[in-house]
Amino acid sequence: MRIRKLFTGVLAASLAVTALFVNTTFVSAEDNNAIYRTLDEIRESGKIVIGVFSDKNPFGYVDENGDYQGYDVYFAERLAEDLGVELEYVSTEPASRVEYLETGKVDVILANFTVTEERAEAVDFALPYMKVALGVVSPDDALITSPEDLNGKTLIVAKGTTAETYFTENYPDVELQKYDQYTEAYNALLDGRGDALSTDNTEVLAWALQNKGFSVGIESLGDLDTIAPAVSKGNETLLNWINEEIKSLADEEFFHADYKETLEPVYGTEVDIDSLVVEGGVVEENADDKETDAVEADAGV
Amino acid sequence: MQDLGIKVLFMGNNFWRLLGGMWITLKISLLSVALSIILGLFLGMVMTRKNPVTRCITKIYLEFIRIMPQLVLLFLMYFGVTKAFGINLSGEVSAVLVFTLWGTAEMGDLVRGALISIPKHQYESGEALGFEKSQIYRYIIIPQTLRRLVPLAINLTTRMIKTTSLIVLIGVVEVLKIAQQIIEANRYTVPTAALWIYGTIFFLYFIVCWPISKAAGILEKRWSAM
Repeated sequence: MRIRKLFTGVLAASLAVTALFVNTTFVSAEDNNAIYRTLDEIRESGKIVIGVFSDKNPFGYVDENGDYQGYDVYFAERLAEDLGVELEYVSTEPASRVEYLETGKVDVILANFTVTEERAEAVDFALPYMKVALGVVSPDDALITSPEDLNGKTLIVAKGTTAETYFTENYPDVELQKYDQYTEAYNALLDGRGDALSTDNTEVLAWALQNKGFSVGIESLGDLDTIAPAVSKGNETLLNWINEEIKSLADEEFFHADYKETLEPVYGTEVDIDSLVVEGGVVEENADDKETDAVEADAGV
Repeated sequence: MQDLGIKVLFMGNNFWRLLGGMWITLKISLLSVALSIILGLFLGMVMTRKNPVTRCITKIYLEFIRIMPQLVLLFLMYFGVTKAFGINLSGEVSAVLVFTLWGTAEMGDLVRGALISIPKHQYESGEALGFEKSQIYRYIIIPQTLRRLVPLAINLTTRMIKTTSLIVLIGVVEVLKIAQQIIEANRYTVPTAALWIYGTIFFLYFIVCWPISKAAGILEKRWSAM
Protein backbone atom coordinates (compact mmCIF):
# COMPACT_ATOMS: atom_id res chain seq x y z
CA MET A 1 0.00 0.00 0.00
CA ARG A 2 2.78 2.39 0.88
CA ILE A 3 4.38 1.78 -2.49
CA ARG A 4 1.12 2.40 -4.21
CA LYS A 5 0.67 5.72 -2.48
CA LEU A 6 4.21 6.75 -3.21
CA PHE A 7 3.80 5.80 -6.79
CA THR A 8 0.53 7.58 -7.32
CA GLY A 9 2.20 10.59 -5.74
CA VAL A 10 5.04 10.45 -8.21
CA LEU A 11 2.61 9.98 -11.03
CA ALA A 12 0.44 12.85 -10.01
CA ALA A 13 3.47 15.07 -9.63
CA SER A 14 4.84 14.21 -13.03
CA LEU A 15 1.43 14.71 -14.57
CA ALA A 16 1.12 18.11 -12.98
CA VAL A 17 4.60 19.05 -14.16
CA THR A 18 3.90 17.88 -17.69
CA ALA A 19 0.67 19.81 -17.73
CA LEU A 20 2.61 22.89 -16.68
CA PHE A 21 5.03 22.53 -19.60
CA VAL A 22 2.17 22.37 -22.01
CA ASN A 23 0.65 25.54 -20.64
CA THR A 24 3.82 27.49 -20.32
CA THR A 25 5.38 26.75 -23.69
CA PHE A 26 2.56 28.59 -25.35
CA VAL A 27 2.74 31.70 -23.22
CA SER A 28 6.41 31.89 -22.35
CA ALA A 29 7.48 33.93 -25.37
CA GLU A 30 6.93 37.26 -23.63
CA ASP A 31 8.37 36.61 -20.20
CA ASN A 32 11.72 34.93 -20.78
CA ASN A 33 14.13 37.66 -19.83
CA ALA A 34 17.85 37.12 -19.45
CA ILE A 35 17.86 33.59 -20.72
CA TYR A 36 20.85 34.55 -22.84
CA ARG A 37 24.45 35.25 -21.86
CA THR A 38 25.84 38.73 -22.48
CA LEU A 39 29.18 39.35 -24.16
CA ASP A 40 30.89 39.81 -20.79
CA GLU A 41 29.42 36.61 -19.41
CA ILE A 42 30.67 34.68 -22.42
CA ARG A 43 34.14 36.20 -22.04
CA GLU A 44 34.20 35.38 -18.34
CA SER A 45 33.15 31.78 -18.89
CA GLY A 46 35.90 31.44 -21.51
CA LYS A 47 33.62 29.55 -23.87
CA ILE A 48 31.12 30.45 -26.56
CA VAL A 49 28.46 27.96 -27.63
CA ILE A 50 27.59 28.11 -31.31
CA GLY A 51 24.85 26.11 -33.00
CA VAL A 52 25.80 24.87 -36.47
CA PHE A 53 24.61 22.23 -38.89
CA SER A 54 26.50 18.97 -38.76
CA ASP A 55 25.14 17.48 -41.98
CA LYS A 56 24.86 20.32 -44.46
CA ASN A 57 27.91 20.11 -46.63
CA PRO A 58 29.43 22.58 -47.51
CA PHE A 59 27.97 25.00 -44.90
CA GLY A 60 28.33 22.98 -41.74
CA TYR A 61 29.34 19.35 -41.61
CA VAL A 62 31.63 16.94 -39.79
CA ASP A 63 34.63 15.45 -41.54
CA GLU A 64 35.98 11.92 -41.20
CA ASN A 65 38.02 12.87 -38.13
CA GLY A 66 34.95 14.13 -36.33
CA ASP A 67 35.87 17.81 -36.80
CA TYR A 68 33.35 20.45 -37.82
CA GLN A 69 33.97 22.03 -41.24
CA GLY A 70 32.26 24.35 -43.69
CA TYR A 71 31.47 27.95 -44.57
CA ASP A 72 29.57 28.66 -41.34
CA VAL A 73 32.11 26.82 -39.21
CA TYR A 74 35.01 28.77 -40.72
CA PHE A 75 33.29 31.95 -39.54
CA ALA A 76 32.40 30.49 -36.14
CA GLU A 77 36.05 29.69 -35.53
CA ARG A 78 37.06 33.22 -36.35
CA LEU A 79 34.42 34.63 -34.00
CA ALA A 80 35.70 32.52 -31.11
CA GLU A 81 39.31 33.38 -31.91
CA ASP A 82 38.70 37.13 -31.97
CA LEU A 83 36.62 36.91 -28.82
CA GLY A 84 39.48 35.02 -27.19
CA VAL A 85 37.34 32.15 -25.97
CA GLU A 86 37.02 28.45 -26.61
CA LEU A 87 34.38 27.20 -29.00
CA GLU A 88 31.76 24.56 -28.32
CA TYR A 89 29.60 23.37 -31.19
CA VAL A 90 26.02 22.20 -30.86
CA SER A 91 24.58 20.22 -33.74
CA THR A 92 21.25 21.80 -34.69
CA GLU A 93 18.45 20.89 -37.07
CA PRO A 94 16.64 23.35 -39.34
CA ALA A 95 13.45 23.13 -37.30
CA SER A 96 15.04 23.71 -33.88
CA ARG A 97 17.32 26.68 -34.60
CA VAL A 98 14.91 29.26 -33.21
CA GLU A 99 14.22 27.16 -30.11
CA TYR A 100 17.91 26.94 -29.28
CA LEU A 101 18.15 30.73 -29.15
CA GLU A 102 14.84 31.17 -27.33
CA THR A 103 16.05 28.91 -24.56
CA GLY A 104 19.59 30.26 -24.51
CA LYS A 105 21.03 26.79 -25.06
CA VAL A 106 23.39 28.33 -27.59
CA ASP A 107 24.84 31.84 -27.77
CA VAL A 108 24.86 32.15 -31.54
CA ILE A 109 23.28 30.25 -34.41
CA LEU A 110 25.46 30.04 -37.49
CA ALA A 111 23.54 27.47 -39.46
CA ASN A 112 22.77 28.78 -42.94
CA PHE A 113 20.03 30.80 -41.26
CA THR A 114 17.96 32.71 -43.82
CA VAL A 115 16.66 36.04 -42.54
CA THR A 116 12.85 36.17 -42.60
CA GLU A 117 10.43 38.56 -40.94
CA GLU A 118 8.79 35.75 -39.02
CA ARG A 119 12.10 34.58 -37.55
CA ALA A 120 13.19 38.13 -36.80
CA GLU A 121 10.31 38.35 -34.33
CA ALA A 122 11.78 35.50 -32.29
CA VAL A 123 15.52 36.09 -32.64
CA ASP A 124 17.89 38.97 -33.43
CA PHE A 125 19.76 38.71 -36.71
CA ALA A 126 23.19 40.27 -37.11
CA LEU A 127 24.50 41.60 -40.43
CA PRO A 128 24.35 39.10 -43.29
CA TYR A 129 27.40 37.22 -44.53
CA MET A 130 25.86 35.46 -47.49
CA LYS A 131 22.95 35.80 -49.89
CA VAL A 132 20.90 33.29 -51.78
CA ALA A 133 18.44 33.55 -54.64
CA LEU A 134 17.01 31.16 -57.18
CA GLY A 135 19.14 29.55 -59.85
CA VAL A 136 18.13 27.79 -63.04
CA VAL A 137 20.09 24.84 -64.40
CA SER A 138 19.63 23.49 -67.91
CA PRO A 139 21.44 21.31 -70.48
CA ASP A 140 24.43 22.95 -72.17
CA ASP A 141 23.00 22.43 -75.66
CA ALA A 142 19.82 24.37 -74.81
CA LEU A 143 21.00 26.66 -72.07
CA ILE A 144 18.38 28.87 -70.48
CA THR A 145 19.98 32.21 -69.66
CA SER A 146 17.00 34.41 -68.82
CA PRO A 147 13.59 33.64 -67.36
CA GLU A 148 11.92 34.87 -70.57
CA ASP A 149 13.62 31.98 -72.41
CA LEU A 150 11.39 29.68 -70.41
CA ASN A 151 8.07 30.96 -71.77
CA GLY A 152 6.22 28.04 -73.30
CA LYS A 153 8.79 25.60 -71.98
CA THR A 154 8.70 23.18 -69.10
CA LEU A 155 10.46 24.05 -65.86
CA ILE A 156 11.03 21.42 -63.17
CA VAL A 157 10.56 22.53 -59.57
CA ALA A 158 10.19 20.86 -56.19
CA LYS A 159 6.82 21.34 -54.50
CA GLY A 160 6.61 23.96 -51.78
CA THR A 161 9.84 25.72 -52.70
CA THR A 162 10.37 29.41 -53.36
CA ALA A 163 11.02 28.51 -57.00
CA GLU A 164 7.47 27.20 -57.37
CA THR A 165 5.93 30.35 -55.87
CA TYR A 166 8.19 32.71 -57.75
CA PHE A 167 7.50 31.30 -61.21
CA THR A 168 3.77 30.88 -60.60
CA GLU A 169 3.52 34.55 -59.63
CA ASN A 170 5.92 36.17 -62.06
CA TYR A 171 6.07 33.96 -65.14
CA PRO A 172 2.65 32.36 -65.63
CA ASP A 173 3.57 31.32 -69.19
CA VAL A 174 6.20 28.91 -67.91
CA GLU A 175 4.84 25.43 -67.60
CA LEU A 176 5.80 23.94 -64.24
CA GLN A 177 6.48 20.25 -63.65
CA LYS A 178 6.36 19.60 -59.91
CA TYR A 179 8.00 16.86 -57.88
CA ASP A 180 7.84 15.96 -54.20
CA GLN A 181 11.53 15.34 -53.76
CA TYR A 182 14.68 16.96 -55.02
CA THR A 183 16.09 13.66 -56.18
CA GLU A 184 13.06 13.01 -58.38
CA ALA A 185 13.24 16.53 -59.76
CA TYR A 186 16.92 16.20 -60.69
CA ASN A 187 16.28 12.81 -62.25
CA ALA A 188 13.52 14.34 -64.34
CA LEU A 189 15.98 16.90 -65.68
CA LEU A 190 18.53 14.17 -66.41
CA ASP A 191 15.87 12.22 -68.34
CA GLY A 192 14.92 15.28 -70.35
CA ARG A 193 11.37 15.44 -69.00
CA GLY A 194 11.73 19.23 -68.70
CA ASP A 195 13.82 22.00 -70.22
CA ALA A 196 15.31 23.35 -67.01
CA LEU A 197 15.18 23.06 -63.22
CA SER A 198 15.01 25.80 -60.62
CA THR A 199 15.74 25.84 -56.90
CA ASP A 200 18.18 27.68 -54.55
CA ASN A 201 21.19 28.84 -56.54
CA THR A 202 23.63 27.20 -54.15
CA GLU A 203 21.97 23.84 -54.77
CA VAL A 204 21.88 24.04 -58.57
CA LEU A 205 25.46 25.31 -58.72
CA ALA A 206 26.70 22.33 -56.76
CA TRP A 207 24.58 19.95 -58.80
CA ALA A 208 25.69 21.32 -62.17
CA LEU A 209 29.29 20.80 -61.19
CA GLN A 210 28.64 17.12 -60.54
CA ASN A 211 26.68 16.55 -63.71
CA LYS A 212 28.51 17.06 -66.98
CA GLY A 213 26.53 18.61 -69.79
CA PHE A 214 24.48 20.84 -67.49
CA SER A 215 25.18 24.46 -66.53
CA VAL A 216 23.59 27.12 -64.43
CA GLY A 217 22.43 29.68 -66.98
CA ILE A 218 20.73 31.92 -64.42
CA GLU A 219 22.73 32.23 -61.22
CA SER A 220 20.63 34.72 -59.33
CA LEU A 221 16.93 35.31 -59.77
CA GLY A 222 13.98 36.37 -57.70
CA ASP A 223 13.93 37.78 -54.21
CA LEU A 224 17.33 37.96 -52.67
CA ASP A 225 17.44 36.28 -49.28
CA THR A 226 20.27 36.91 -46.90
CA ILE A 227 21.91 34.55 -44.45
CA ALA A 228 23.06 35.96 -41.13
CA PRO A 229 24.20 34.93 -37.65
CA ALA A 230 21.45 35.10 -35.04
CA VAL A 231 21.47 35.64 -31.29
CA SER A 232 18.76 35.43 -28.63
CA LYS A 233 16.20 38.22 -28.79
CA GLY A 234 17.52 41.22 -26.88
CA ASN A 235 21.13 40.09 -26.53
CA GLU A 236 22.43 43.48 -27.65
CA THR A 237 25.99 43.29 -26.39
CA LEU A 238 26.69 40.12 -28.33
CA LEU A 239 24.76 41.31 -31.39
CA ASN A 240 26.70 44.58 -31.55
CA TRP A 241 29.99 42.80 -31.15
CA ILE A 242 29.21 40.40 -34.01
CA ASN A 243 28.10 43.30 -36.22
CA GLU A 244 31.33 45.19 -35.53
CA GLU A 245 33.29 42.01 -36.20
CA ILE A 246 31.57 41.49 -39.57
CA LYS A 247 32.26 45.11 -40.54
CA SER A 248 35.90 44.91 -39.60
CA LEU A 249 36.39 41.60 -41.39
CA ALA A 250 35.46 43.31 -44.68
CA ASP A 251 38.93 44.91 -44.83
CA GLU A 252 40.60 41.57 -45.23
CA GLU A 253 37.79 40.19 -47.45
CA PHE A 254 37.33 37.44 -44.88
CA PHE A 255 34.26 35.89 -46.47
CA HIS A 256 35.97 35.71 -49.86
CA ALA A 257 38.71 33.71 -48.17
CA ASP A 258 36.05 31.63 -46.42
CA TYR A 259 34.37 30.98 -49.78
CA LYS A 260 37.63 29.94 -51.41
CA GLU A 261 38.39 27.57 -48.55
CA THR A 262 35.00 25.91 -48.16
CA LEU A 263 32.60 26.59 -51.04
CA GLU A 264 34.87 26.78 -54.07
CA PRO A 265 35.74 23.07 -53.99
CA VAL A 266 32.01 22.39 -54.32
CA TYR A 267 30.82 25.18 -56.62
CA GLY A 268 33.92 25.39 -58.79
CA THR A 269 35.76 28.47 -59.99
CA GLU A 270 33.21 29.45 -62.67
CA VAL A 271 30.82 30.93 -60.14
CA ASP A 272 30.93 34.65 -59.44
CA ILE A 273 31.84 34.82 -55.75
CA ASP A 274 30.04 38.14 -55.29
CA SER A 275 26.73 36.56 -56.26
CA LEU A 276 26.87 34.56 -53.01
CA VAL A 277 29.19 36.25 -50.55
CA VAL A 278 28.40 39.39 -48.57
CA GLU A 279 31.29 41.42 -47.11
CA GLY A 280 30.85 43.81 -44.21
CA GLY A 281 27.14 43.13 -44.08
CA VAL A 282 26.49 45.29 -47.16
CA VAL A 283 24.11 43.70 -49.64
CA GLU A 284 24.09 45.42 -53.03
CA GLU A 285 20.49 45.05 -54.12
CA ASN A 286 21.11 45.63 -57.81
CA ALA A 287 24.12 43.36 -57.88
CA ASP A 288 22.09 40.45 -59.12
CA ASP A 289 20.91 42.30 -62.24
CA LYS A 290 24.47 43.03 -63.16
CA GLU A 291 25.40 39.42 -62.67
CA THR A 292 22.55 38.09 -64.74
CA ASP A 293 23.71 40.38 -67.54
CA ALA A 294 27.27 39.22 -67.16
CA VAL A 295 26.23 35.61 -67.30
CA GLU A 296 24.12 36.27 -70.37
CA ALA A 297 27.08 37.83 -72.10
CA ASP A 298 29.25 34.85 -71.22
CA ALA A 299 26.64 32.33 -72.19
CA GLY A 300 27.71 32.18 -75.82
CA VAL A 301 31.14 30.91 -74.86
CA MET B 1 31.83 2.61 -57.99
CA GLN B 2 30.71 0.10 -55.41
CA ASP B 3 33.99 -0.37 -53.59
CA LEU B 4 34.25 3.43 -53.58
CA GLY B 5 31.22 3.57 -51.29
CA ILE B 6 32.60 1.23 -48.67
CA LYS B 7 35.83 3.20 -48.59
CA VAL B 8 33.99 5.98 -46.76
CA LEU B 9 33.38 3.66 -43.85
CA PHE B 10 37.08 3.32 -43.17
CA MET B 11 38.09 6.90 -43.88
CA GLY B 12 39.61 8.57 -40.84
CA ASN B 13 37.70 7.66 -37.70
CA ASN B 14 34.37 7.11 -39.43
CA PHE B 15 33.83 3.55 -38.23
CA TRP B 16 34.78 4.38 -34.66
CA ARG B 17 32.51 7.38 -34.76
CA LEU B 18 29.62 5.11 -35.77
CA LEU B 19 30.41 2.74 -32.93
CA GLY B 20 30.64 5.69 -30.54
CA GLY B 21 27.23 6.82 -31.76
CA MET B 22 25.82 3.35 -31.20
CA TRP B 23 27.14 3.48 -27.64
CA ILE B 24 25.23 6.74 -27.01
CA THR B 25 22.10 5.13 -28.46
CA LEU B 26 22.53 2.06 -26.28
CA LYS B 27 23.38 3.97 -23.12
CA ILE B 28 20.25 6.10 -23.33
CA SER B 29 17.87 3.35 -24.43
CA LEU B 30 19.03 0.64 -22.02
CA LEU B 31 18.99 3.01 -19.07
CA SER B 32 15.45 4.05 -20.00
CA VAL B 33 14.39 0.45 -20.55
CA ALA B 34 15.70 -0.63 -17.13
CA LEU B 35 13.92 2.23 -15.38
CA SER B 36 10.75 1.63 -17.40
CA ILE B 37 10.58 -2.05 -16.51
CA ILE B 38 10.97 -1.40 -12.79
CA LEU B 39 8.51 1.50 -12.71
CA GLY B 40 6.20 -0.22 -15.20
CA LEU B 41 5.83 -3.28 -12.95
CA PHE B 42 4.59 -1.06 -10.13
CA LEU B 43 2.39 0.95 -12.45
CA GLY B 44 0.84 -2.22 -13.85
CA MET B 45 -0.05 -3.46 -10.37
CA VAL B 46 -1.51 -0.06 -9.46
CA MET B 47 -3.57 -0.12 -12.64
CA THR B 48 -5.31 -3.37 -11.72
CA ARG B 49 -6.62 -1.80 -8.50
CA LYS B 50 -10.32 -1.09 -8.40
CA ASN B 51 -9.78 2.31 -6.72
CA PRO B 52 -11.40 4.91 -9.03
CA VAL B 53 -8.88 7.65 -8.16
CA THR B 54 -5.78 5.65 -9.08
CA ARG B 55 -7.58 4.26 -12.10
CA CYS B 56 -8.40 7.72 -13.34
CA ILE B 57 -4.90 9.11 -12.77
CA THR B 58 -3.10 6.18 -14.36
CA LYS B 59 -5.52 6.25 -17.28
CA ILE B 60 -4.87 9.94 -17.93
CA TYR B 61 -1.12 9.39 -17.64
CA LEU B 62 -1.18 6.46 -20.04
CA GLU B 63 -3.37 8.18 -22.61
CA PHE B 64 -1.41 11.42 -22.42
CA ILE B 65 1.90 9.68 -23.09
CA ARG B 66 0.37 7.53 -25.81
CA ILE B 67 -1.32 10.35 -27.67
CA MET B 68 1.71 12.66 -27.57
CA PRO B 69 4.27 11.84 -30.23
CA GLN B 70 7.64 11.10 -28.61
CA LEU B 71 9.12 13.99 -30.53
CA VAL B 72 6.74 16.45 -28.89
CA LEU B 73 7.59 15.03 -25.48
CA LEU B 74 11.30 15.43 -26.23
CA PHE B 75 10.84 19.05 -27.27
CA LEU B 76 8.75 19.76 -24.17
CA MET B 77 11.38 18.24 -21.93
CA TYR B 78 14.38 19.83 -23.63
CA PHE B 79 13.12 23.29 -24.62
CA GLY B 80 9.87 23.54 -22.66
CA VAL B 81 11.43 22.97 -19.24
CA THR B 82 14.07 25.61 -19.90
CA LYS B 83 11.48 28.10 -21.09
CA ALA B 84 9.09 27.47 -18.24
CA PHE B 85 11.38 27.02 -15.27
CA GLY B 86 14.81 28.05 -16.46
CA ILE B 87 16.08 24.54 -15.71
CA ASN B 88 18.65 23.62 -18.31
CA LEU B 89 18.49 19.85 -18.83
CA SER B 90 21.09 18.37 -21.13
CA GLY B 91 19.92 16.50 -24.22
CA GLU B 92 20.87 13.13 -22.75
CA VAL B 93 19.02 13.69 -19.47
CA SER B 94 15.91 14.91 -21.29
CA ALA B 95 16.03 11.86 -23.52
CA VAL B 96 16.28 9.40 -20.61
CA LEU B 97 13.43 11.17 -18.79
CA VAL B 98 11.13 11.14 -21.80
CA PHE B 99 11.88 7.56 -22.73
CA THR B 100 11.36 6.46 -19.15
CA LEU B 101 8.02 8.27 -18.97
CA TRP B 102 6.95 6.65 -22.22
CA GLY B 103 8.36 3.21 -21.42
CA THR B 104 6.77 3.18 -17.97
CA ALA B 105 3.35 3.94 -19.41
CA GLU B 106 3.62 1.26 -22.07
CA MET B 107 5.17 -1.28 -19.72
CA GLY B 108 2.53 -0.56 -17.08
CA ASP B 109 -0.22 -1.29 -19.55
CA LEU B 110 1.48 -4.54 -20.60
CA VAL B 111 1.80 -5.64 -16.98
CA ARG B 112 -1.84 -4.77 -16.35
CA GLY B 113 -2.89 -6.75 -19.41
CA ALA B 114 -0.80 -9.75 -18.38
CA LEU B 115 -2.15 -9.66 -14.83
CA ILE B 116 -5.84 -9.55 -15.78
CA SER B 117 -5.33 -12.20 -18.46
CA ILE B 118 -4.76 -14.79 -15.73
CA PRO B 119 -8.16 -16.53 -15.42
CA LYS B 120 -10.02 -16.09 -12.16
CA HIS B 121 -10.09 -19.83 -11.54
CA GLN B 122 -6.32 -19.80 -11.09
CA TYR B 123 -6.79 -17.65 -7.98
CA GLU B 124 -9.75 -19.73 -6.84
CA SER B 125 -7.98 -23.06 -7.34
CA GLY B 126 -5.09 -21.70 -5.34
CA GLU B 127 -7.42 -20.76 -2.52
CA ALA B 128 -9.13 -24.13 -2.69
CA LEU B 129 -5.77 -25.80 -2.27
CA GLY B 130 -5.21 -23.73 0.84
CA PHE B 131 -2.59 -21.29 -0.48
CA GLU B 132 -2.19 -17.96 1.24
CA LYS B 133 -2.72 -14.81 -0.86
CA SER B 134 1.03 -14.14 -1.07
CA GLN B 135 1.65 -17.76 -2.00
CA ILE B 136 -0.93 -17.59 -4.77
CA TYR B 137 0.96 -14.64 -6.25
CA ARG B 138 4.40 -16.13 -5.63
CA TYR B 139 3.73 -19.62 -7.06
CA ILE B 140 0.77 -19.26 -9.41
CA ILE B 141 0.10 -15.77 -10.72
CA ILE B 142 3.54 -14.14 -11.05
CA PRO B 143 5.22 -17.02 -12.95
CA GLN B 144 2.39 -17.09 -15.47
CA THR B 145 2.34 -13.31 -15.76
CA LEU B 146 6.08 -13.13 -16.40
CA ARG B 147 5.82 -15.76 -19.09
CA ARG B 148 3.15 -13.77 -20.86
CA LEU B 149 5.06 -10.54 -20.33
CA VAL B 150 8.43 -11.48 -21.80
CA PRO B 151 7.59 -11.30 -25.52
CA LEU B 152 5.71 -8.04 -25.03
CA ALA B 153 8.47 -6.46 -22.97
CA ILE B 154 11.10 -7.47 -25.53
CA ASN B 155 9.01 -5.94 -28.24
CA LEU B 156 8.87 -2.70 -26.25
CA THR B 157 12.61 -2.78 -25.56
CA THR B 158 13.62 -3.09 -29.20
CA ARG B 159 11.05 -0.45 -30.11
CA MET B 160 12.60 1.93 -27.59
CA ILE B 161 16.11 1.28 -28.87
CA LYS B 162 15.00 2.15 -32.37
CA THR B 163 12.98 5.20 -31.36
CA THR B 164 16.08 6.81 -29.84
CA SER B 165 16.89 7.92 -33.38
CA LEU B 166 14.60 10.87 -32.58
CA ILE B 167 16.91 12.32 -29.94
CA VAL B 168 19.09 13.88 -32.59
CA LEU B 169 16.43 16.59 -32.76
CA ILE B 170 17.35 17.73 -29.28
CA GLY B 171 21.02 17.89 -30.15
CA VAL B 172 22.17 14.44 -29.00
CA VAL B 173 24.44 13.12 -31.71
CA GLU B 174 23.70 9.39 -31.82
CA VAL B 175 24.43 6.71 -34.38
CA LEU B 176 21.93 7.79 -37.04
CA LYS B 177 23.07 11.39 -36.92
CA ILE B 178 26.69 10.37 -37.28
CA ALA B 179 25.66 8.30 -40.29
CA GLN B 180 24.01 11.33 -41.85
CA GLN B 181 27.06 13.44 -41.07
CA ILE B 182 29.33 10.93 -42.81
CA ILE B 183 27.05 10.67 -45.84
CA GLU B 184 26.73 14.44 -46.12
CA ALA B 185 30.45 15.09 -45.67
CA ASN B 186 31.06 12.87 -48.69
CA ARG B 187 28.01 13.99 -50.63
CA TYR B 188 30.02 15.44 -53.51
CA THR B 189 32.96 13.06 -53.57
CA VAL B 190 31.34 9.68 -52.83
CA PRO B 191 27.61 9.84 -53.58
CA THR B 192 27.26 6.06 -53.18
CA ALA B 193 28.30 6.16 -49.52
CA ALA B 194 24.68 6.23 -48.27
CA LEU B 195 23.98 2.59 -49.07
CA TRP B 196 27.07 1.38 -47.24
CA ILE B 197 26.65 3.59 -44.23
CA TYR B 198 22.97 2.71 -43.79
CA GLY B 199 23.90 -0.94 -44.33
CA THR B 200 26.35 -0.66 -41.45
CA ILE B 201 23.71 0.98 -39.29
CA PHE B 202 21.31 -1.85 -40.06
CA PHE B 203 23.97 -4.29 -38.96
CA LEU B 204 24.72 -2.35 -35.76
CA TYR B 205 21.04 -2.20 -34.76
CA PHE B 206 20.73 -5.87 -35.63
CA ILE B 207 23.62 -7.03 -33.44
CA VAL B 208 22.14 -5.05 -30.57
CA CYS B 209 18.51 -6.15 -30.92
CA TRP B 210 19.04 -9.74 -32.03
CA PRO B 211 20.65 -11.03 -28.80
CA ILE B 212 17.79 -9.45 -26.86
CA SER B 213 15.17 -11.32 -28.93
CA LYS B 214 17.27 -14.48 -28.74
CA ALA B 215 17.56 -14.30 -24.97
CA ALA B 216 13.83 -13.79 -24.72
CA GLY B 217 13.27 -16.86 -26.90
CA ILE B 218 15.47 -18.96 -24.65
CA LEU B 219 13.65 -17.71 -21.55
CA GLU B 220 10.25 -18.48 -23.04
CA LYS B 221 11.33 -21.97 -24.01
CA ARG B 222 12.80 -22.73 -20.62
CA TRP B 223 9.75 -21.48 -18.78
CA SER B 224 7.25 -23.29 -20.96
CA ALA B 225 9.14 -26.52 -20.25
CA MET B 226 8.65 -26.02 -16.54
